Amino acid sequence: MTAVPVHRRRFFAPLARVAGGDKLVTAALALLALLIVAAVLAPWIAPHDPDAVDLSATLSGSTPEHLLGADQSGRDVLSRLIFGARTGLLGPLVVVIVSTVLGMLIGVTAAWHGGVVDAVLSRAMELVFSFPALLLAIILVAVFGVGLTAPVIAMSVAYAPYVGRLARSVALREKARPYIQAYRVQGWSGWVICVKHLLPNIAPLILAQSAINFGYALMDLAALSFLGFGVQPPTADWGAMINEGSSSLLQGAMLPALAPGVAIVITVVAFGIVGESIADRVARREQ
Amino acid sequence: MAGFLLRRIGGIAVTLLVASFLVFGSVHLAPGDPASFLLGGRSASPAAVAAIKEQYHLNDPFLVQYTKWVGGVVTGDFGKSATFRQDVGGLIAARLPTTLLLIGYAGLLILVGGLASGALAALRRGVVDRAVLIGTGIATATPSFVAAIGLISLFAVQLAWFPAFGDGGGFGDRVYHLTLPAAALALTFVGLVARVTRTSMLEELGREHVEVARSRGVPGSEVVRRHVLRNALGPITTVTGTVVAGLLVATSIVETAFGLSGVGQLLVSSVTVKDFPVVQAVSLLVVLAFVTANLVVDLVQPLIDPRLSHAKGGRA
Amino acid sequence: MTGRLLEIEKLTVRLAAGKAARPILGGVSLHVERGEAVGLVGESGSGKSVTCRSVLGLLPEGASASGSLRVNGEDILTMSSTRLRELRRRDVSMIFQDPRASINPMRRIGDFVTEGMRAGGVPQKDALKRAEELLESVGIREPGPALHRYPHEFSGGMLQRVMIAGALAGGPRLLLADEPTTALDVTTQAEVVSILTRLRAERDMGMLFVTHDLELAAAICDRIYVMYAGRIVEAQSAEGLFGRPRHPYTSGLLAATPRLESDEPPHGVPGRPVSLAEAPDGCAFAARCAHVRPGCTEREPVHREIDGAQVACLRAEELIHD
Repeated sequence: MTAVPVHRRRFFAPLARVAGGDKLVTAALALLALLIVAAVLAPWIAPHDPDAVDLSATLSGSTPEHLLGADQSGRDVLSRLIFGARTGLLGPLVVVIVSTVLGMLIGVTAAWHGGVVDAVLSRAMELVFSFPALLLAIILVAVFGVGLTAPVIAMSVAYAPYVGRLARSVALREKARPYIQAYRVQGWSGWVICVKHLLPNIAPLILAQSAINFGYALMDLAALSFLGFGVQPPTADWGAMINEGSSSLLQGAMLPALAPGVAIVITVVAFGIVGESIADRVARREQ
Repeated sequence: MAGFLLRRIGGIAVTLLVASFLVFGSVHLAPGDPASFLLGGRSASPAAVAAIKEQYHLNDPFLVQYTKWVGGVVTGDFGKSATFRQDVGGLIAARLPTTLLLIGYAGLLILVGGLASGALAALRRGVVDRAVLIGTGIATATPSFVAAIGLISLFAVQLAWFPAFGDGGGFGDRVYHLTLPAAALALTFVGLVARVTRTSMLEELGREHVEVARSRGVPGSEVVRRHVLRNALGPITTVTGTVVAGLLVATSIVETAFGLSGVGQLLVSSVTVKDFPVVQAVSLLVVLAFVTANLVVDLVQPLIDPRLSHAKGGRA
Repeated sequence: MTGRLLEIEKLTVRLAAGKAARPILGGVSLHVERGEAVGLVGESGSGKSVTCRSVLGLLPEGASASGSLRVNGEDILTMSSTRLRELRRRDVSMIFQDPRASINPMRRIGDFVTEGMRAGGVPQKDALKRAEELLESVGIREPGPALHRYPHEFSGGMLQRVMIAGALAGGPRLLLADEPTTALDVTTQAEVVSILTRLRAERDMGMLFVTHDLELAAAICDRIYVMYAGRIVEAQSAEGLFGRPRHPYTSGLLAATPRLESDEPPHGVPGRPVSLAEAPDGCAFAARCAHVRPGCTEREPVHREIDGAQVACLRAEELIHD
């Protein structure tokens, strides 16, 4: 195994660039990859049906049959953890994609047009900043009812200004650079310049912010599920698992609540490491 | 200074007005009839529905309803809770002490823990610095409900040092009961404050005037206190605005996890039963607290850095 | 108190391993007598600032020093940290290049001037009274109110006066001035220099004046050391240096100084200074020297005394510069 096939090298090259030989970042990337694989292949790799009830194993603790034990309904914690990665990753993914697109649209538009447009958009972003994301989500849940939809919409709106503010400041800086000026003088349209030249240049920083946001969105969505506002039982979800498992804590069964808790922390740490590594890389390149 | 203050308060008023409009209007976006929400899904006689509609001014046009509500809010009247059949203001007031004590306790932990570990990391490079970086990295990634689970299982179940649930009676007992919740609430923010403190202090440590102070025979601890920590306070103060916002919302999670009857728990239970007057009032209070905290931060900044002072100007 | 006010002997300072190819200071020897003004001149990166700071025991992080560095006979390098702090407060003071960066912008002027005194146990009230006198002596109007102002309310020149006042607070016998006028504009430079020379004479302080400006050094100082690449290449009296520079580098520096009486345009010393990453054999100046001989790059020239001047150049006797 000396030569890596060309197509695989192309696939892994960007990841390797992000890792840059740093063991911690490599480990974080590997962990995230593992998590994604687990989420996608959950039905094939989970040892049990996440909803199958084995009353004999209720709150059993770790056994060869149930490596992470079973919850108070006798469901396998490991299997629920693996299936929980699906909602756990999907929700934040939607939030990050929507908020990034929305934020970049707002930020670049504000920077490109300036003047009144910039003033209005910047004010609007400030207004959203004064609503903590979780509060916005709770209000929307009150209005539209429980489930993932309202929280995901709320988070997408609440996170957009973080991306928007960043995109605006980077775009303002890029806009002042000679190469953009040159394109404008040559009569290129604003949209073409933005899409073809501005976006690729601001993308790395936005990507870093989005990776960090992914972790925060995961934490917030899990919190909502914990409160009973997000993913509803009996669907396997880390936040909901902690909610269900917390009642068995006092009976001395730690695993049903602690296992998803640890999963959340590890995942958020991994996203944070990757995000900061990208940000560092951008900062170093700018120097 | 006065002009600055007026502009800021004007800005806050606009923010609150828009926020209140959004908060109030959101109910009317909801699918279905507001009256049925207020009845909490219970079936009721047409007369009872009519009474509800009358009580909550539901027959008025939207803007009239909104104006009446805002008028009430300004005078401290948040309306009546649909489920408790009580004044919302009274409901909140009864739960406020627990929440304020919880936030104050957590704030103290954040300040002491965050500043101390951040300063330690900045001053003791090497093993200590790495340990703090790893610790704060994990702390910032630990949401309060996960911290709550961990703390309950360790300190309440395994060691049985602290109670897992309840508010307690009397001040001492309350503080005792609130220790685990405050720690759970604080953990994420301790990490955040520690990181900002570390970065800010490292930046200040590299400044010329710090070396100058050393060259003048000022003892190291004095140099750190008077020049490094003092000058690093700006970014630390700025981040407290974010911390306050986070704390306010996180109380709803922590109070739910520890079964405390505070304002946050009131919000969560009200959302569950769609008790809109309560949800609206608490949401507006959170936004108010958040913008006020940021105003205070802005007012404190010139006291920390005299160069930002709006009153003085010019050079001698 | 015995010995010279300041006596540096064969001071060698090395940066942490792997950070530099040569010592940042290579066997520097110089002295300052009581009440004497001594100049230390060289291009940036020659090590003059490092020499100056090492007198206060301020070495670059991770650096190691050998040789000796004595103030009134006491060796700085082996001194206890308590004694070192006391020495910094009372016996030796330093004036830094950029007052705007050197004074904490978030503390009042009074705080800066009195800081050393208070660290030494002087009560706040007495320290403030003394600070007021000091500010007056450096020509700051309304010194009382000035104590309560912040640095950003002062101009650069005024702030440098504050710095001088702060340096005088402990009643030092030795003043270290590290390019004290470089960051100031020309008219302010003259004012600050005249304040400095007047106060030095009044208080009979010794001074080590670091500058890249040979002419300025000659105007202020009794004797001058010329540094190149971490070594002293020439030392003699100010008049001697101007009249009969012995080292090719010194004459190069003199030629680089613009002259009013001459129509010739000033020309800088050709070439660039030796960086820390380079460790040339023999004379470090050889690569830029117009009089270089094959022997110059073989061994390092030793200091020799020629007509009262110390010179480190193999061809010092043959070459007379004017």
